[in-house]
Amino acid sequence: MRNIAPELTRQEFDRAFAEIAPALGKQEAAVEANRCLYCFDAPCTAACPTHIDVPRFIKKIASANLRGSALTILDSNILGLSCARVCPVEVLCEGSCVMHGYNRKPIEIARLQRQAMDWFYEHGARLPEPRVVPGRAVACVGGGPASLACAAELRRHGVAVTVYESKPLAGGLNTYGIAEYKLRPPDALREVALVRSLGVEFRTGVEVGRDVGMEEIEERYQAVFLGVGLGPTHALAAPGSELVGVVDALRFIAEYKTGRPQVGQRVMVVGAGNTAIDAATAARRLGAEEVTILYRRGEKEMPAFRYEYELAKGDGIRFSWLTLPVAVHGARSVEAIECVRMELGPADRTGRKRPQPVEGSNFRLACDMVILSIGQSRWIEFLRHWRGVELADGCVKVDPETGQTTNPRYFAGGDCVNGGREVVDAVAEGARAARGIVKWLT
Amino acid sequence: MADLTTIFAGRIESPNPFWLASGPPANCGDQVMRAFDAGWGGAVWKTLGEPIVNTTSRYSSVDWNGARMMGLNNIELITDRPLEVNLREIAEVKRRYPRQAVIASLMVESKREAWHEIVKRAEGAGSDGLELNFGCPHGMSERGMGSAVGQVPEYTTMITAWVKEVARTPVLVKLTPNISDIRVIARAARRGGADGLSAINTINSITWIDLDTLTPRPDVGGKSAHGGYCGPAVKPIALHLVQQIAGEGLPVSGIGGVQGWREAAEFLLLGATTVQVCTAVMHYGYRIVEDMIDGLDNWMDEKGFRTIDDFRGRSLPRVVEWKHLDLNHRIVAKIDRDKCIGCGLCYIACWDGAHQCIHRDGGAPPEQVEGASRRKIAWTPSPSVPRDPAGKTPPERIPRVDEAECVGCNLCRLVCPVEDCITMEKVETGLGPETWEERSGRGAV
Repeated sequence: MRNIAPELTRQEFDRAFAEIAPALGKQEAAVEANRCLYCFDAPCTAACPTHIDVPRFIKKIASANLRGSALTILDSNILGLSCARVCPVEVLCEGSCVMHGYNRKPIEIARLQRQAMDWFYEHGARLPEPRVVPGRAVACVGGGPASLACAAELRRHGVAVTVYESKPLAGGLNTYGIAEYKLRPPDALREVALVRSLGVEFRTGVEVGRDVGMEEIEERYQAVFLGVGLGPTHALAAPGSELVGVVDALRFIAEYKTGRPQVGQRVMVVGAGNTAIDAATAARRLGAEEVTILYRRGEKEMPAFRYEYELAKGDGIRFSWLTLPVAVHGARSVEAIECVRMELGPADRTGRKRPQPVEGSNFRLACDMVILSIGQSRWIEFLRHWRGVELADGCVKVDPETGQTTNPRYFAGGDCVNGGREVVDAVAEGARAARGIVKWLT
Repeated sequence: MADLTTIFAGRIESPNPFWLASGPPANCGDQVMRAFDAGWGGAVWKTLGEPIVNTTSRYSSVDWNGARMMGLNNIELITDRPLEVNLREIAEVKRRYPRQAVIASLMVESKREAWHEIVKRAEGAGSDGLELNFGCPHGMSERGMGSAVGQVPEYTTMITAWVKEVARTPVLVKLTPNISDIRVIARAARRGGADGLSAINTINSITWIDLDTLTPRPDVGGKSAHGGYCGPAVKPIALHLVQQIAGEGLPVSGIGGVQGWREAAEFLLLGATTVQVCTAVMHYGYRIVEDMIDGLDNWMDEKGFRTIDDFRGRSLPRVVEWKHLDLNHRIVAKIDRDKCIGCGLCYIACWDGAHQCIHRDGGAPPEQVEGASRRKIAWTPSPSVPRDPAGKTPPERIPRVDEAECVGCNLCRLVCPVEDCITMEKVETGLGPETWEERSGRGAV
């Protein structure tokens, strides 16, 4: 890279990535918990994909029954700790809070959930001992949120579970892919340890299909859960994308969370989803002077959540709307990105206006680094190996009530099914598949 | 600007009806002078008597929903300062603040000479009146003083009479609420010649128990003793007891849970001549009197009351015995559908705590309604936009009142978190008013 931002000291890093939503104080939590109306048939519970009984866990905080509160959460969502930190609550539980109905601030459900979770992990993280039903074994392929949730739920039903994870650490994107100011790897790993404490066996650094054969899996387990997530970030279909300084957003995030990657002084982030925002804010906080998000559609079409957009603006990220990169220029390293202006045409399949290039509008922006965040590819090749597991649009087809695929021995959930949604969706789908598996095994 | 000046028992004048109650805020001259600078109209000095020894700690409180000190409990005794010092300071305060009222609270052993002696000395120091502390429920009562006197009508009459033998200023008797009928003691005080009553003193209480140490609070080296309860929590009890003694022909200084002008107005409407405040000052300082004066003044202007006498006791005729209430007065609950936020609290309260006449889903009990709702949401994905962007509550979440069944109990309106969303509307029954007494009198029950 041509111009590299100076590396942060440990202290500078900690300051730059300080937690965005710090824990509530005890008294603060009591006040907030008491503000909750304790709705009957509460809409927040309906809005949560895992259907945590929100008023119940909040009232247990109010009554200082923190263990009861934590177990209420974990009963529905084994990843209650990470969800409390990363959930887009403004479009889920907090977005549905009745307080909006009379112009009050919604209850801070996420921070209250964190209160209970922090207490739980600070007090030994003890879950009730799961019962054991001999003779049942299930493999979970992939060690991310969907598999963790599936594994925990299976253990609660007495099923033996082995999780196969190709990376050295389990946790999936919770460990490797979420902005540091929201969730840190040690916290993600505490949840992995909790799942392990239920008796789940983890085989990390083991890639199914390479280190262990599919036949072996089928032989040893009565059912298989596929929680493999999505593939690598799409490459930029433009000349120059092999230049030094062109990086994949997810890899960039994983690197800064586990080491100290180099960051250019002027950074272009291509794409405007939530991952793009995580990458852009990370680059800025790591010292980049100037970070710009390039997006081929307009502000209104941006897929990032409002909350993330505000966060990025607060970090001084620039946005260049209706801008499509067509080439990256440079001798060896990135020196500039060439873009064309776009205009919006009629709506496409997703209901968003289709962007079209404006003839002859090419322009160049000087930069030192290009971070690509234009969606993850799907594991089509990999998934085809599983006999009889049908795909639709690159995603695994499942029965929405049980998570069962078109091959009855296989169940699936998480990003490989939904195409890339939230952690909480993966948890819900993993747990749903576990219940489906138990039903199918019985 | 309304006129707030007050004259108690014909002789104790103060620029406003707000007095510091006998307690920690009125412990010494410096404090009382600072209170008068802040605007207090009078002060009842911390009870004079033989100096005592206190324990630590002395206070504990009940917090409510994260708010501090909904109720306060104390086991502090009367003054721990030498009598001469207190008397010297009373004289100094009176010299520097002739317009404000200083009342000496007194408590000595039940001997005629002892009472004669302290009355003379307190009046000699210049106090404008005397308040006999027959109410303190802890510590002193074990030594035959305080509520040990105020719980026995004969003692109350006797000691009041001893005081009246020598007193030249008005004598107020401070009543304990820890008795089955406060009117008995009020009458006993009147028989002894009292010129006025103060009510109420603190209520016997154990505030809470530490669930780690299993020691009740306040914790005095691992043990506790019952204390006297006061603060916002006791106001309703105090209002009732003040109303009870309002008909005894003596002026009343109302005490108990006064936080600001609103509570003060309530005591005055039930016939009190002045109000006394302690806990709120312990919590926030003397400065609270500014809004007490300002708020009462604004309310009086708004209501067209020129002086406090214009509204004193105005609510008393509206407190009657149950048998005089109109049985034909009928109201039912109405839910404003535009204001309802769908919290379901009125529904569950009506089903579990009232008369099962608020419904969702056509009248099914809550378990069924919740079960149906849970089944509906049982699988993911859930909607990603949970609320109508216009902020409208989904119609199926808005409960409906079965007006024919509604008994008009008012519980739903009390639990509803939204202002004016549930109102109680009058229903014309076509029947004239009729009380229980009237109905039973004509043999119709």
